[in-house]
This record gives sequence, structure tokens and C-alpha cells, in this order.
Amino acid sequence: MSRLTRREFVKLLGASGALSTVGLAGCQTAPAPGPSTAAPAKAAPRVVVIGGGFGGATCAKYLRLYDATLNVTLVEQHAKYVTCPGSNWVFGGMRTLDDLTQTYTALRDKHGVNVVTDRVVSVDAGKRLITLASGKTLGYDRLVMSPGIDFRWGDIEGYDDAATQVMPHAWKAGPQTALLLKQLQAMPDGGTFIMSAPPMPFRCPPGPPERVSMVAHYFKTQKPRSKILILDSKDNFSKQALFTQAWDQLYPNMIEWVPATSGGKVVRVDPRALTVHTASGGSHKGGVVNIIPAQRAPQLAVDTGLANTSGWCPVNQLTFESTQVANIHVIGDASIAGALPKSGHTANNIAKMTAAAIVSLFRGVPPPTPSHVNTCYSLVAPDYGISIAGVYRLGEDGQLQGVKGAGGLSPADATLQQRSQEAGYAQGWHKSIVADSFG
Amino acid sequence: MNPFSLAALAGLALLASHAASAQTISRGEVIASTCFTCHGTHGVSPSTIPSIDYIPAERMIETLKAYKAGQRYSTIMGRHASAYTDEEIVEAANFLASLQKKGK
Repeated sequence: MSRLTRREFVKLLGASGALSTVGLAGCQTAPAPGPSTAAPAKAAPRVVVIGGGFGGATCAKYLRLYDATLNVTLVEQHAKYVTCPGSNWVFGGMRTLDDLTQTYTALRDKHGVNVVTDRVVSVDAGKRLITLASGKTLGYDRLVMSPGIDFRWGDIEGYDDAATQVMPHAWKAGPQTALLLKQLQAMPDGGTFIMSAPPMPFRCPPGPPERVSMVAHYFKTQKPRSKILILDSKDNFSKQALFTQAWDQLYPNMIEWVPATSGGKVVRVDPRALTVHTASGGSHKGGVVNIIPAQRAPQLAVDTGLANTSGWCPVNQLTFESTQVANIHVIGDASIAGALPKSGHTANNIAKMTAAAIVSLFRGVPPPTPSHVNTCYSLVAPDYGISIAGVYRLGEDGQLQGVKGAGGLSPADATLQQRSQEAGYAQGWHKSIVADSFG
Repeated sequence: MNPFSLAALAGLALLASHAASAQTISRGEVIASTCFTCHGTHGVSPSTIPSIDYIPAERMIETLKAYKAGQRYSTIMGRHASAYTDEEIVEAANFLASLQKKGK
């Protein structure tokens, strides 16, 4: 694929007229490019990153790697971050939550990012001013919002904040993961684990079947008479053939999957009775019930005017600048990113492309042609891994599209040796992406 | 506007364009940055996925082309490498090799 010409670049930047305004802003605020210019150095451009997950952490780090003169501030409400990737492995007994817990020490000490532990109350896009829960304010030249996901509360009747303490979602790693683990451990042998899987689009498409796999591994080794029932709001799921093949092999007669059109869609829950009700009128009582609700961008993104009627945030897929609010880039799960799935891996890659774009915009040069990768490993058992991969490029229509003839799934006829290799790489991938994002 | 200031403006524009080209983030660097998610920042891996920071450009190019052609066994690199043109492979490999020289 060729580099973008300046004309294509201007076209891709779109109607916001970002080139001219950004070019000017860059001239006004960028430090002197070198000793040969007589212009006095001005204050460094300020970038504020909201949200310290894979997207936000990676973006803050790579902004500083690309341009150490930038003033980069990361605002995250929690002092520590528990990675969602790997959190299913907790149910299989392969990791503890401590193993998955990250801090922002390296971003601060090694990369010179200002780390602010505080909650954002509001963003005034006109004044480019962020107000924090502490009452402090932060100004920015460009803002990167990496807010993750929230749930569509109300889509499942009876599933509210209180219900999450009885029927955990565990779709944000941390206390919810610990609660679901505790419930599984307390469940007597012979019980049923029910999972309600969400409709697309949602964070980590292979996450639900991976979680089922890890629970199945736990049952097989500790509670072999137990069963698993997946009630799905979809009619198919990620890596379905590979998961199904492995389940037949490793966990025969343990797992039942009910697609939406066969009565899988959960529409109401009764937490006190540990019972779920489906659109087709069926009801199921579980020993442990895991409800993964439908998802959307978090309220802060909505309140800032970044989300559209889909509930997610449309962006210029070259720069990830919002198409609705100038000077704010939305990255990670909350963004609408063409064919990219919502994953920690894509959040990391989007963050890098966005960092490169922001640095280029400050310098008044065209952002580089982006190239994105996704790799999602899933463990079906501790020694059995499968993967899906893709490489994505910006199409002429401005949408990120998978490169044809590349990517795809682990082979259906792989040997157990290859599954074992992929299980090793899955665990290595987690260590690598954590180090690349937080280290 | 007097001729002097016009000349000064032209000079500034020239300087700006020089600075711009020097500050452009290359395609090789962009592609290499996507390798780092699995292979570690600047190609230094902390775990089971191999480091790629020590590989001379010629060998990296040969290896990636072999993955792309399906001539070298891999679990996943064939699926990745087949997405890139030979030119992109050369640029990414050269960028990775340049990191080693910089001691990153």
C-alpha cells in the first residue's frame, strides 16, 4: 500500500478542517525544531490521556517515545489496573488477580508521563478544559479518551448494580472477577454454571467461550459432575469451530450452547432465585450465574458528545480524532474502528497509531499511513491454545479493513503439540503486551 | 510587504519543510511498532515470544519472506507476514535493525 499523498491526507482528515487548525496550533505551541531556527521555544504541547487501560497507557507511553518534548498527562481514577486479558485464566486456577495487576510507576518514572490518580467529572471541549473530582482542572491541546466500556443497563430487566453482586458480569477485571471465582469455588459438584453472552459489538469477542473453557477445566479437575449452559444473544461466536472441536475433545457432554434463535437470549433475571428468563419464555436456574450485558461507550464519552446513536464513538480512522468533537481522540473499545475487534491488542495498536498521528499533527506534517494488527489468543485448557490474527489497513473509504489473504484462525487440524505451543505463546503474549503498554 | 520579509518567509518555509521531513514517522517505524505488542517494546521480549531486537536486517527480511511464502514453520507468523508487501518488510526490518545500532 502506498503512502498517502498530501491531498489524500487532507481528504481523510475530513470536514473538521483539522489540517489547517492543527497546523496553526502546532506552529503556535511546538517547541523550536532545532538550533537553526531563531524562534524562541514555546511551551510544549499538552496532551491529556483519560483512562489507564491498554489504550490509554500505551498512548501515553508512545507519545513520549515518539516525542520526549511533549507534556503528557494520564488521568486514571484507580492507582492500579487489573488486565481483562488473562482474567479468565483465574477461573482455571492459572493466575491470581495479583498476577494481573499493573501500576503506572514505569509510565511516570521511566517515560516521564504525569500520572494523575483522579476521576474526570467533565470535559469542556470548547475551552479544552477537564474538571476532576478533586476540583482540579487540566487544560489540553489534544485530548485522548480511552474510557473502555459501560453496560447497557436496562437491556436485561432486573440486572442492575445490586444484581451484579449476586450474578457478576466479571467483564471488568477486579472485584467482579474475585466474586465469580468465589461463587464457582463455593458451588457444589453437580451444579450448573450459566453464562449469558452478549450481542455484538462487545469487548473481547472470544472472551465468553474462553471463560467457559477455563470454568470447564476447573470443573473437570475439581467438580466433574457439574455442567455449563451458555445462553447466547448471538447465533454464532468467535472461533466457534475451534472451541467446539476442543470442547468435544476435552470436556465431552459438559457444555451446552443455546444460540439466540433457539431461546438463548436472556431478557430478564431474578437474582434472588438465581434464575434467568429468555425471550422465548424459557427459564433456567443456575448454581452460579454470570451475566455479560450488552455494551456501549461509557457515560463520560456520551456526556462529552463523542458517542452517536449506536452508543459508540465515531472517529476519523486515520487519526482517531472524533468526527463529532475537535481535538479529542477516542481510542480503544469505545471507538468505532472499522473492522477492528474490541480487544486489548487493538487498543494497544490504535494507541500507537494515534500517538504517531498526534505527534505529526503538532509538527504540521501528515500522519503516517497506519497499520494495525490484532492477535487474540484463547486458552481452552492450560496446555491448549488457539488464536485469531488480522492485519488492518485504511481503505479508500476511510474504514479500517482486514488485509485479504492474511490473518485468520489457528488451523482446524493442528496437532496437540501446536495447541501447546500456542498456549505458551498466549501466556507470553500477556507478559509482552503488559510490558509494552505499562512497562 | 517588502522583499526582505518575503525572502525571510520563504526561508522559514524552507526550514519548516526540512524540519518536517526529518520529523516524519516512517512507515517502517509504524509497522515495527505493531511487532512490539507481542515481541516487546523495541523488540525486547519479556517472555516466551522471541525477541527480535538482535536480528540483522538481511536475516529478518529473509525470515519474514519465508513466513509469507509458507516456507518456514510458524504457529502465527505466517498469518501476519502474508499481510505485508516485500517493500514494507524491508522498511520494517531496516527500522528494527537501526534500533540495535541506537542501543535502544
